[in-house]
Amino acid sequence: MTHDRLTPAGRVPRALWAPAVLALALVTLPIAGLLLRTDFARLPTLLTSDASLHALRLSLLTAALSTVLCVLLGVPLAVVLARSTFPFVRVVRAVVLLPLVLPPVVGGFALLYSLGRNGFLGYLLDVTAGITVPFTTAAVVIAQTFVAMPFLVVSVEGALRATGEDFERVAATLGARPATVFTRVTCPLLLPALASGVVLSFARALGEFGATITFAGSLQGVTRTLPLEVYAQADADVDSAVALSLLLIVIAVVVIVVARPRSVEGVRA
Amino acid sequence: MSKAIATSLAALLAMAGCTASEERTLTVFAAASLTDVFTTLEQRFEDEHPDVDVRVHFAGSSRLAQQLAEGASADVFASADEDVMRDVAGEGLLTGEPTPFATNTLTIAVEPGNPLGIRGLADLAREDVTAVVCQPQVPCGSAARELAAAHDVEPRFASEEPDVTAVLGKVRAGEADAGLVYVTDVRDEAVDEVAIDGAEDAVNTYPIATLTEAPLAAEFQRFVLGAGSGVLRDAGFGAP
Repeated sequence: MTHDRLTPAGRVPRALWAPAVLALALVTLPIAGLLLRTDFARLPTLLTSDASLHALRLSLLTAALSTVLCVLLGVPLAVVLARSTFPFVRVVRAVVLLPLVLPPVVGGFALLYSLGRNGFLGYLLDVTAGITVPFTTAAVVIAQTFVAMPFLVVSVEGALRATGEDFERVAATLGARPATVFTRVTCPLLLPALASGVVLSFARALGEFGATITFAGSLQGVTRTLPLEVYAQADADVDSAVALSLLLIVIAVVVIVVARPRSVEGVRA
Repeated sequence: MSKAIATSLAALLAMAGCTASEERTLTVFAAASLTDVFTTLEQRFEDEHPDVDVRVHFAGSSRLAQQLAEGASADVFASADEDVMRDVAGEGLLTGEPTPFATNTLTIAVEPGNPLGIRGLADLAREDVTAVVCQPQVPCGSAARELAAAHDVEPRFASEEPDVTAVLGKVRAGEADAGLVYVTDVRDEAVDEVAIDGAEDAVNTYPIATLTEAPLAAEFQRFVLGAGSGVLRDAGFGAP
Protein backbone atom coordinates (compact mmCIF):
# COMPACT_ATOMS: atom_id res chain seq x y z
CA MET A 1 0.00 0.00 0.00
CA THR A 2 1.09 3.53 -0.65
CA HIS A 3 0.65 5.14 2.74
CA ASP A 4 3.39 7.65 2.05
CA ARG A 5 1.38 9.20 -0.77
CA LEU A 6 -1.90 9.58 1.10
CA THR A 7 -3.12 13.15 1.04
CA PRO A 8 -4.45 14.56 4.32
CA ALA A 9 -8.19 15.11 4.10
CA GLY A 10 -7.83 18.88 4.09
CA ARG A 11 -5.81 18.78 0.91
CA VAL A 12 -8.24 16.79 -1.20
CA PRO A 13 -9.37 19.13 -4.00
CA ARG A 14 -12.79 20.45 -3.03
CA ALA A 15 -14.25 19.58 -6.44
CA LEU A 16 -13.82 15.86 -5.67
CA TRP A 17 -16.03 15.84 -2.60
CA ALA A 18 -19.42 16.07 -4.30
CA PRO A 19 -18.88 13.19 -6.76
CA ALA A 20 -17.16 11.16 -4.02
CA VAL A 21 -20.16 11.50 -1.71
CA LEU A 22 -22.46 10.69 -4.62
CA ALA A 23 -20.45 7.56 -5.38
CA LEU A 24 -20.65 6.47 -1.76
CA ALA A 25 -24.39 7.12 -1.72
CA LEU A 26 -24.80 5.02 -4.86
CA VAL A 27 -23.27 2.05 -3.05
CA THR A 28 -24.82 2.50 0.38
CA LEU A 29 -28.33 3.81 -0.29
CA PRO A 30 -29.58 0.71 -2.15
CA ILE A 31 -28.36 -1.46 0.74
CA ALA A 32 -30.18 0.88 3.13
CA GLY A 33 -33.28 0.56 0.96
CA LEU A 34 -33.12 -3.21 1.20
CA LEU A 35 -32.72 -3.06 4.96
CA LEU A 36 -35.73 -0.73 5.25
CA ARG A 37 -37.79 -3.13 3.15
CA THR A 38 -36.83 -6.14 5.29
CA ASP A 39 -39.54 -7.70 7.43
CA PHE A 40 -37.29 -8.41 10.43
CA ALA A 41 -40.07 -9.95 12.50
CA ARG A 42 -40.62 -12.67 9.90
CA LEU A 43 -36.95 -12.99 8.98
CA PRO A 44 -36.35 -16.29 10.86
CA THR A 45 -39.47 -17.84 9.30
CA LEU A 46 -38.58 -16.65 5.82
CA LEU A 47 -34.98 -17.84 6.02
CA THR A 48 -35.91 -21.27 7.34
CA SER A 49 -38.59 -22.06 4.75
CA ASP A 50 -38.10 -25.27 2.84
CA ALA A 51 -37.15 -23.47 -0.38
CA SER A 52 -34.70 -21.12 1.39
CA LEU A 53 -32.92 -23.94 3.22
CA HIS A 54 -32.63 -25.99 0.03
CA ALA A 55 -31.18 -22.98 -1.78
CA LEU A 56 -28.76 -22.18 1.04
CA ARG A 57 -27.53 -25.78 1.30
CA LEU A 58 -27.13 -26.05 -2.46
CA SER A 59 -25.34 -22.70 -2.68
CA LEU A 60 -22.84 -23.55 0.05
CA LEU A 61 -22.20 -26.99 -1.41
CA THR A 62 -21.72 -25.87 -5.00
CA ALA A 63 -19.68 -22.78 -4.11
CA ALA A 64 -17.40 -24.92 -1.92
CA LEU A 65 -16.98 -27.52 -4.68
CA SER A 66 -16.23 -24.94 -7.33
CA THR A 67 -13.75 -23.20 -5.02
CA VAL A 68 -11.93 -26.52 -4.59
CA LEU A 69 -11.93 -26.94 -8.39
CA CYS A 70 -10.63 -23.38 -8.77
CA VAL A 71 -7.70 -24.18 -6.44
CA LEU A 72 -6.91 -27.56 -7.97
CA LEU A 73 -6.93 -26.19 -11.52
CA GLY A 74 -6.26 -22.48 -11.02
CA VAL A 75 -3.05 -22.69 -8.97
CA PRO A 76 -1.22 -24.82 -11.55
CA LEU A 77 -2.48 -22.49 -14.27
CA ALA A 78 -1.27 -19.44 -12.35
CA VAL A 79 2.16 -21.03 -11.87
CA VAL A 80 2.40 -21.85 -15.56
CA LEU A 81 1.35 -18.31 -16.52
CA ALA A 82 3.77 -16.66 -14.09
CA ARG A 83 6.81 -18.86 -14.62
CA SER A 84 6.79 -20.30 -18.11
CA THR A 85 8.27 -18.48 -21.04
CA PHE A 86 6.39 -19.94 -23.97
CA PRO A 87 5.54 -17.33 -26.60
CA PHE A 88 1.75 -17.15 -26.33
CA VAL A 89 1.63 -16.76 -22.56
CA ARG A 90 0.26 -13.21 -22.83
CA VAL A 91 -2.55 -14.35 -25.10
CA VAL A 92 -3.36 -17.24 -22.78
CA ARG A 93 -3.49 -14.89 -19.80
CA ALA A 94 -5.97 -12.66 -21.63
CA VAL A 95 -8.15 -15.68 -22.46
CA VAL A 96 -8.09 -16.87 -18.84
CA LEU A 97 -9.34 -13.46 -17.70
CA LEU A 98 -12.24 -13.53 -20.17
CA PRO A 99 -14.90 -14.77 -17.69
CA LEU A 100 -13.97 -11.85 -15.44
CA VAL A 101 -15.18 -9.28 -17.96
CA LEU A 102 -17.75 -11.35 -19.83
CA PRO A 103 -21.41 -10.91 -18.86
CA PRO A 104 -22.23 -14.15 -16.99
CA VAL A 105 -25.24 -14.85 -19.20
CA VAL A 106 -22.87 -14.94 -22.18
CA GLY A 107 -20.72 -17.38 -20.25
CA GLY A 108 -23.85 -19.47 -19.72
CA PHE A 109 -24.51 -19.54 -23.45
CA ALA A 110 -20.90 -20.47 -24.15
CA LEU A 111 -21.22 -23.37 -21.70
CA LEU A 112 -24.57 -24.37 -23.19
CA TYR A 113 -23.16 -24.57 -26.70
CA SER A 114 -20.07 -26.50 -25.61
CA LEU A 115 -21.26 -28.76 -22.79
CA GLY A 116 -25.00 -28.70 -23.60
CA ARG A 117 -26.59 -31.65 -25.36
CA ASN A 118 -25.98 -30.06 -28.74
CA GLY A 119 -22.55 -28.67 -27.90
CA PHE A 120 -19.54 -30.55 -29.27
CA LEU A 121 -18.26 -31.64 -25.84
CA GLY A 122 -21.73 -32.32 -24.49
CA TYR A 123 -22.57 -34.46 -27.52
CA LEU A 124 -19.35 -36.42 -27.05
CA LEU A 125 -20.10 -36.98 -23.36
CA ASP A 126 -23.65 -38.06 -24.17
CA VAL A 127 -22.60 -40.53 -26.87
CA THR A 128 -19.56 -42.00 -25.12
CA ALA A 129 -20.58 -41.99 -21.47
CA GLY A 130 -24.31 -41.26 -21.50
CA ILE A 131 -23.73 -38.15 -19.41
CA THR A 132 -25.81 -35.02 -19.91
CA VAL A 133 -24.65 -31.97 -17.99
CA PRO A 134 -27.41 -29.31 -18.18
CA PHE A 135 -30.05 -29.33 -15.41
CA THR A 136 -27.67 -31.08 -12.97
CA THR A 137 -25.87 -29.85 -9.87
CA ALA A 138 -22.65 -30.54 -11.76
CA ALA A 139 -23.70 -27.90 -14.29
CA VAL A 140 -24.03 -25.37 -11.45
CA VAL A 141 -20.51 -26.21 -10.24
CA ILE A 142 -19.11 -25.90 -13.76
CA ALA A 143 -20.81 -22.52 -14.29
CA GLN A 144 -19.52 -21.24 -10.95
CA THR A 145 -16.00 -22.51 -11.60
CA PHE A 146 -16.04 -20.86 -15.01
CA VAL A 147 -16.81 -17.42 -13.59
CA ALA A 148 -14.78 -17.74 -10.36
CA MET A 149 -11.52 -19.20 -11.65
CA PRO A 150 -10.02 -15.90 -12.92
CA PHE A 151 -10.16 -14.41 -9.42
CA LEU A 152 -7.95 -17.17 -8.09
CA VAL A 153 -5.59 -17.13 -11.05
CA VAL A 154 -5.16 -13.34 -10.87
CA SER A 155 -4.49 -13.42 -7.12
CA VAL A 156 -1.97 -16.24 -7.23
CA GLU A 157 -0.23 -15.19 -10.41
CA GLY A 158 0.16 -11.64 -9.10
CA ALA A 159 1.78 -12.93 -5.92
CA LEU A 160 4.10 -15.20 -7.88
CA ARG A 161 5.28 -12.33 -10.04
CA ALA A 162 5.73 -10.05 -7.04
CA THR A 163 7.86 -12.51 -5.04
CA GLY A 164 10.08 -13.31 -8.01
CA GLU A 165 12.03 -16.49 -8.56
CA ASP A 166 15.02 -15.92 -6.28
CA PHE A 167 14.00 -18.34 -3.51
CA GLU A 168 13.14 -21.02 -6.04
CA ARG A 169 16.44 -20.59 -7.86
CA VAL A 170 18.37 -20.90 -4.61
CA ALA A 171 16.44 -24.05 -3.67
CA ALA A 172 17.17 -25.50 -7.09
CA THR A 173 20.93 -24.75 -6.79
CA LEU A 174 20.86 -26.52 -3.44
CA GLY A 175 19.69 -29.64 -5.27
CA ALA A 176 15.91 -29.56 -4.88
CA ARG A 177 13.97 -31.04 -7.77
CA PRO A 178 11.20 -28.91 -9.44
CA ALA A 179 8.43 -30.80 -7.60
CA THR A 180 10.16 -30.26 -4.25
CA VAL A 181 10.73 -26.58 -5.03
CA PHE A 182 7.02 -26.22 -5.84
CA THR A 183 5.73 -27.88 -2.65
CA ARG A 184 8.37 -26.58 -0.21
CA VAL A 185 9.13 -23.10 -1.55
CA THR A 186 6.53 -21.84 -4.05
CA CYS A 187 3.43 -23.01 -2.18
CA PRO A 188 4.27 -21.52 1.25
CA LEU A 189 5.11 -18.20 -0.45
CA LEU A 190 1.71 -18.29 -2.12
CA LEU A 191 -0.41 -18.93 0.94
CA PRO A 192 -1.61 -15.35 1.65
CA ALA A 193 -2.52 -14.72 -1.99
CA LEU A 194 -4.10 -18.16 -2.22
CA ALA A 195 -6.24 -17.41 0.84
CA SER A 196 -7.60 -14.19 -0.60
CA GLY A 197 -8.04 -15.84 -4.01
CA VAL A 198 -10.05 -18.61 -2.36
CA VAL A 199 -12.30 -16.14 -0.54
CA LEU A 200 -12.89 -14.11 -3.69
CA SER A 201 -13.67 -17.11 -5.88
CA PHE A 202 -15.98 -18.51 -3.22
CA ALA A 203 -17.83 -15.18 -3.12
CA ARG A 204 -18.06 -15.03 -6.89
CA ALA A 205 -19.29 -18.62 -7.06
CA LEU A 206 -21.89 -17.95 -4.38
CA GLY A 207 -23.21 -14.93 -6.26
CA GLU A 208 -23.31 -16.62 -9.68
CA PHE A 209 -26.65 -16.14 -11.41
CA GLY A 210 -26.56 -15.54 -15.16
CA ALA A 211 -24.45 -18.48 -16.24
CA THR A 212 -26.30 -20.80 -13.86
CA ILE A 213 -29.85 -20.01 -14.97
CA THR A 214 -28.80 -20.13 -18.63
CA PHE A 215 -26.79 -23.34 -18.46
CA ALA A 216 -28.10 -25.27 -15.46
CA GLY A 217 -31.75 -24.22 -15.23
CA SER A 218 -33.62 -23.71 -11.99
CA LEU A 219 -35.01 -26.52 -9.83
CA GLN A 220 -35.31 -26.58 -6.07
CA GLY A 221 -32.63 -28.72 -4.42
CA VAL A 222 -30.86 -29.46 -7.72
CA THR A 223 -29.89 -26.24 -9.47
CA ARG A 224 -31.74 -23.42 -7.71
CA THR A 225 -29.02 -21.66 -5.72
CA LEU A 226 -29.62 -18.65 -3.45
CA PRO A 227 -29.45 -16.00 -6.20
CA LEU A 228 -31.83 -18.05 -8.38
CA GLU A 229 -34.18 -18.49 -5.42
CA VAL A 230 -34.13 -14.72 -4.88
CA TYR A 231 -35.07 -14.24 -8.53
CA ALA A 232 -37.82 -16.88 -8.38
CA GLN A 233 -39.28 -15.50 -5.15
CA ALA A 234 -39.21 -11.94 -6.47
CA ASP A 235 -42.18 -12.96 -8.64
CA ALA A 236 -44.43 -13.95 -5.80
CA ASP A 237 -43.08 -13.42 -2.32
CA VAL A 238 -41.01 -10.25 -2.17
CA ASP A 239 -40.47 -10.50 1.60
CA SER A 240 -38.81 -13.84 1.08
CA ALA A 241 -36.65 -12.51 -1.76
CA VAL A 242 -35.60 -9.56 0.40
CA ALA A 243 -34.74 -11.82 3.34
CA LEU A 244 -32.56 -14.01 1.13
CA SER A 245 -30.92 -10.92 -0.37
CA LEU A 246 -30.07 -9.79 3.13
CA LEU A 247 -28.50 -13.17 3.81
CA LEU A 248 -26.34 -12.82 0.70
CA ILE A 249 -25.31 -9.33 1.79
CA VAL A 250 -24.26 -10.65 5.19
CA ILE A 251 -22.17 -13.33 3.49
CA ALA A 252 -20.64 -10.67 1.22
CA VAL A 253 -19.72 -8.48 4.19
CA VAL A 254 -18.08 -11.46 5.91
CA VAL A 255 -16.14 -12.14 2.73
CA ILE A 256 -14.90 -8.55 2.51
CA VAL A 257 -13.83 -8.59 6.15
CA VAL A 258 -12.02 -11.90 5.76
CA ALA A 259 -10.39 -11.10 2.44
CA ARG A 260 -9.07 -7.67 3.46
CA PRO A 261 -6.80 -6.04 2.69
CA ARG A 262 -4.72 -7.83 0.10
CA SER A 263 -7.27 -8.71 -2.51
CA VAL A 264 -10.17 -6.32 -2.04
CA GLU A 265 -7.99 -3.28 -1.69
CA GLY A 266 -6.30 -4.02 -4.96
CA VAL A 267 -5.42 -7.25 -6.69
CA ARG A 268 -1.88 -6.94 -7.88
CA ALA A 269 -1.98 -8.14 -11.44
CA MET B 1 -15.61 20.69 -16.79
CA SER B 2 -18.85 21.80 -15.13
CA LYS B 3 -20.41 22.21 -18.55
CA ALA B 4 -19.49 18.62 -19.35
CA ILE B 5 -21.07 17.48 -16.10
CA ALA B 6 -24.23 19.45 -16.82
CA THR B 7 -24.44 17.94 -20.30
CA SER B 8 -24.03 14.40 -19.03
CA LEU B 9 -26.57 15.00 -16.26
CA ALA B 10 -29.03 16.25 -18.85
CA ALA B 11 -28.35 13.13 -20.92
CA LEU B 12 -28.92 10.94 -17.86
CA LEU B 13 -32.21 12.68 -17.09
CA ALA B 14 -33.31 12.29 -20.67
CA MET B 15 -32.51 8.58 -20.51
CA ALA B 16 -34.51 8.30 -17.30
CA GLY B 17 -37.52 9.56 -19.20
CA CYS B 18 -37.70 13.04 -17.70
CA THR B 19 -38.45 14.69 -20.99
CA ALA B 20 -41.01 17.32 -21.78
CA SER B 21 -42.99 15.16 -24.23
CA GLU B 22 -43.92 12.55 -21.64
CA GLU B 23 -47.68 12.71 -22.21
CA ARG B 24 -47.29 11.21 -25.67
CA THR B 25 -45.45 8.16 -24.41
CA LEU B 26 -47.56 5.14 -23.50
CA THR B 27 -46.01 2.46 -21.30
CA VAL B 28 -47.57 -0.98 -21.50
CA PHE B 29 -46.70 -3.90 -19.22
CA ALA B 30 -47.57 -7.16 -20.95
CA ALA B 31 -47.22 -10.86 -20.13
CA ALA B 32 -44.27 -12.66 -21.75
CA SER B 33 -46.65 -14.86 -23.76
CA LEU B 34 -47.99 -11.72 -25.47
CA THR B 35 -44.58 -10.73 -26.85
CA ASP B 36 -45.27 -11.34 -30.54
CA VAL B 37 -48.85 -10.06 -30.57
CA PHE B 38 -48.19 -6.92 -28.57
CA THR B 39 -45.13 -6.10 -30.65
CA THR B 40 -47.42 -6.14 -33.69
CA LEU B 41 -50.11 -4.15 -31.88
CA GLU B 42 -47.54 -1.60 -30.73
CA GLN B 43 -46.51 -1.06 -34.34
CA ARG B 44 -50.10 -0.69 -35.56
CA PHE B 45 -51.06 1.69 -32.78
CA GLU B 46 -48.03 3.84 -33.55
CA ASP B 47 -48.94 3.81 -37.24
CA GLU B 48 -52.38 5.14 -36.34
CA HIS B 49 -50.94 7.67 -33.87
CA PRO B 50 -47.68 8.96 -35.37
CA ASP B 51 -47.05 11.26 -32.40
CA VAL B 52 -47.23 8.45 -29.83
CA ASP B 53 -44.38 6.26 -28.70
CA VAL B 54 -45.65 3.00 -27.22
CA ARG B 55 -43.18 1.22 -24.99
CA VAL B 56 -44.07 -2.36 -24.15
CA HIS B 57 -42.30 -4.11 -21.33
CA PHE B 58 -42.60 -7.91 -21.44
CA ALA B 59 -41.98 -10.25 -18.50
CA GLY B 60 -43.73 -12.94 -16.48
CA SER B 61 -47.08 -11.48 -15.35
CA SER B 62 -46.30 -11.93 -11.65
CA ARG B 63 -42.99 -10.13 -12.03
CA LEU B 64 -44.73 -7.23 -13.76
CA ALA B 65 -47.36 -7.12 -11.00
CA GLN B 66 -44.58 -7.05 -8.44
CA GLN B 67 -42.85 -4.20 -10.25
CA LEU B 68 -46.12 -2.27 -10.36
CA ALA B 69 -46.68 -2.86 -6.65
CA GLU B 70 -43.16 -1.55 -6.01
CA GLY B 71 -43.92 1.66 -7.85
CA ALA B 72 -43.04 1.04 -11.51
CA SER B 73 -45.07 3.40 -13.66
CA ALA B 74 -47.12 2.06 -16.53
CA ASP B 75 -50.31 3.11 -18.27
CA VAL B 76 -51.72 -0.27 -19.24
CA PHE B 77 -51.28 -3.78 -17.83
CA ALA B 78 -52.09 -6.96 -19.76
CA SER B 79 -51.77 -10.05 -17.60
CA ALA B 80 -51.73 -13.75 -18.50
CA ASP B 81 -54.19 -14.67 -15.79
CA GLU B 82 -56.88 -13.16 -13.62
CA ASP B 83 -55.26 -13.92 -10.26
CA VAL B 84 -52.33 -11.64 -11.01
CA MET B 85 -54.68 -8.88 -12.17
CA ARG B 86 -56.67 -9.29 -8.92
CA ASP B 87 -53.44 -8.76 -6.95
CA VAL B 88 -52.77 -5.53 -8.82
CA ALA B 89 -56.38 -4.43 -8.30
CA GLY B 90 -55.97 -5.25 -4.61
CA GLU B 91 -53.07 -2.81 -4.44
CA GLY B 92 -55.45 -0.13 -5.66
CA LEU B 93 -53.42 0.49 -8.80
CA LEU B 94 -56.14 0.12 -11.45
CA THR B 95 -58.09 3.07 -12.82
CA GLY B 96 -60.58 0.94 -14.72
CA GLU B 97 -62.25 -2.46 -14.58
CA PRO B 98 -60.08 -5.32 -15.91
CA THR B 99 -61.55 -6.61 -19.17
CA PRO B 100 -60.80 -10.11 -20.53
CA PHE B 101 -59.43 -9.90 -24.07
CA ALA B 102 -58.06 -13.38 -24.84
CA THR B 103 -57.71 -16.92 -23.58
CA ASN B 104 -54.89 -19.38 -23.90
CA THR B 105 -54.30 -23.05 -23.16
CA LEU B 106 -51.20 -25.15 -22.69
CA THR B 107 -49.54 -27.47 -25.11
CA ILE B 108 -46.31 -29.46 -25.29
CA ALA B 109 -43.48 -28.02 -27.36
CA VAL B 110 -41.11 -30.71 -28.61
CA GLU B 111 -38.09 -30.89 -30.88
CA PRO B 112 -38.96 -30.83 -34.61
CA GLY B 113 -40.08 -34.29 -35.67
CA ASN B 114 -40.80 -35.32 -32.07
CA PRO B 115 -37.95 -37.90 -31.97
CA LEU B 116 -38.95 -39.26 -28.55
CA GLY B 117 -42.54 -39.91 -29.63
CA ILE B 118 -44.09 -37.84 -26.87
CA ARG B 119 -47.89 -38.18 -27.04
CA GLY B 120 -49.18 -36.38 -23.99
CA LEU B 121 -48.72 -35.11 -20.47
CA ALA B 122 -48.11 -38.61 -19.08
CA ASP B 123 -44.99 -38.96 -21.26
CA LEU B 124 -43.40 -36.03 -19.43
CA ALA B 125 -42.94 -38.41 -16.49
CA ARG B 126 -40.81 -40.77 -18.60
CA GLU B 127 -37.23 -41.35 -17.46
CA ASP B 128 -35.79 -40.61 -20.90
CA VAL B 129 -37.63 -37.33 -21.35
CA THR B 130 -36.11 -34.06 -20.15
CA ALA B 131 -39.04 -31.70 -19.66
CA VAL B 132 -39.13 -28.09 -18.48
CA VAL B 133 -41.96 -25.92 -17.19
CA CYS B 134 -42.60 -22.41 -15.86
CA GLN B 135 -42.05 -21.87 -12.16
CA PRO B 136 -45.32 -22.04 -10.17
CA GLN B 137 -45.17 -18.31 -9.35
CA VAL B 138 -46.09 -17.32 -12.93
CA PRO B 139 -49.40 -18.02 -14.73
CA CYS B 140 -48.04 -20.61 -17.19
CA GLY B 141 -46.55 -22.48 -14.24
CA SER B 142 -49.69 -22.46 -12.14
CA ALA B 143 -51.75 -23.50 -15.18
CA ALA B 144 -49.33 -26.38 -15.80
CA ARG B 145 -49.79 -27.67 -12.26
CA GLU B 146 -53.54 -27.22 -12.45
CA LEU B 147 -53.62 -29.23 -15.67
CA ALA B 148 -51.40 -32.01 -14.31
CA ALA B 149 -53.59 -32.26 -11.21
CA ALA B 150 -56.78 -32.33 -13.30
CA HIS B 151 -55.35 -35.16 -15.41
CA ASP B 152 -53.94 -36.96 -12.39
CA VAL B 153 -50.39 -37.17 -13.78
CA GLU B 154 -47.11 -36.22 -12.15
CA PRO B 155 -44.67 -35.00 -14.79
CA ARG B 156 -40.99 -34.84 -13.79
CA PHE B 157 -39.48 -31.48 -14.64
CA ALA B 158 -35.73 -30.87 -15.01
CA SER B 159 -36.11 -27.14 -14.51
CA GLU B 160 -38.68 -24.51 -13.55
CA GLU B 161 -37.97 -21.49 -15.71
CA PRO B 162 -38.84 -17.88 -14.82
CA ASP B 163 -41.24 -17.41 -17.73
CA VAL B 164 -42.70 -19.11 -20.78
CA THR B 165 -40.16 -17.66 -23.22
CA ALA B 166 -37.36 -19.26 -21.20
CA VAL B 167 -39.15 -22.64 -21.39
CA LEU B 168 -39.46 -22.30 -25.14
CA GLY B 169 -35.80 -21.25 -25.35
CA LYS B 170 -34.66 -24.44 -23.63
CA VAL B 171 -36.65 -26.56 -26.12
CA ARG B 172 -35.42 -24.52 -29.10
CA ALA B 173 -31.82 -24.91 -27.95
CA GLY B 174 -32.34 -28.66 -27.80
CA GLU B 175 -31.51 -28.83 -24.10
CA ALA B 176 -34.99 -29.98 -23.16
CA ASP B 177 -36.99 -32.61 -25.06
CA ALA B 178 -40.28 -31.06 -24.11
CA GLY B 179 -41.66 -27.95 -22.50
CA LEU B 180 -45.11 -26.94 -21.33
CA VAL B 181 -45.93 -23.71 -23.15
CA TYR B 182 -49.00 -21.93 -24.48
CA VAL B 183 -50.54 -23.02 -27.78
CA THR B 184 -49.70 -19.54 -29.08
CA ASP B 185 -45.98 -20.17 -28.49
CA VAL B 186 -45.55 -23.08 -30.89
CA ARG B 187 -46.45 -21.27 -34.08
CA ASP B 188 -42.91 -21.16 -35.41
CA GLU B 189 -40.95 -23.83 -37.22
CA ALA B 190 -38.24 -24.25 -34.56
CA VAL B 191 -40.43 -26.53 -32.44
CA ASP B 192 -43.23 -29.00 -33.02
CA GLU B 193 -46.38 -29.27 -30.98
CA VAL B 194 -47.98 -32.21 -29.22
CA ALA B 195 -51.52 -31.15 -28.37
CA ILE B 196 -52.80 -32.12 -24.94
CA ASP B 197 -56.16 -33.92 -24.82
CA GLY B 198 -58.29 -31.93 -22.40
CA ALA B 199 -56.00 -28.89 -22.40
CA GLU B 200 -59.15 -26.83 -21.80
CA ASP B 201 -59.14 -28.07 -18.18
CA ALA B 202 -56.74 -25.21 -17.48
CA VAL B 203 -57.66 -22.12 -19.45
CA ASN B 204 -55.88 -18.84 -18.80
CA THR B 205 -57.98 -15.74 -19.28
CA TYR B 206 -55.99 -12.62 -20.15
CA PRO B 207 -57.36 -9.40 -18.66
CA ILE B 208 -56.28 -5.88 -19.62
CA ALA B 209 -56.71 -2.78 -17.47
CA THR B 210 -55.60 0.83 -17.32
CA LEU B 211 -53.31 2.12 -14.57
CA THR B 212 -53.52 5.84 -15.31
CA GLU B 213 -56.26 8.29 -16.25
CA ALA B 214 -54.40 9.19 -19.45
CA PRO B 215 -56.89 9.12 -22.37
CA LEU B 216 -54.23 7.35 -24.40
CA ALA B 217 -54.26 4.41 -21.97
CA ALA B 218 -58.01 3.90 -22.42
CA GLU B 219 -57.57 4.26 -26.15
CA PHE B 220 -54.89 1.56 -26.25
CA GLN B 221 -57.13 -0.76 -24.22
CA ARG B 222 -60.01 -0.17 -26.67
CA PHE B 223 -57.59 -0.81 -29.54
CA VAL B 224 -56.55 -4.19 -28.07
CA LEU B 225 -60.19 -5.18 -27.46
CA GLY B 226 -61.27 -4.00 -30.91
CA ALA B 227 -58.79 -4.06 -33.77
CA GLY B 228 -56.39 -6.16 -31.71
CA SER B 229 -58.76 -9.11 -31.44
CA GLY B 230 -58.09 -10.09 -35.07
CA VAL B 231 -54.34 -10.16 -34.44
CA LEU B 232 -54.87 -12.17 -31.27
CA ARG B 233 -57.09 -14.77 -33.02
CA ASP B 234 -54.54 -15.05 -35.86
CA ALA B 235 -51.87 -15.79 -33.28
CA GLY B 236 -53.96 -18.58 -31.81
CA PHE B 237 -55.47 -16.91 -28.77
CA GLY B 238 -59.05 -17.81 -27.96
CA ALA B 239 -61.92 -15.37 -27.53
CA PRO B 240 -62.75 -14.64 -23.88
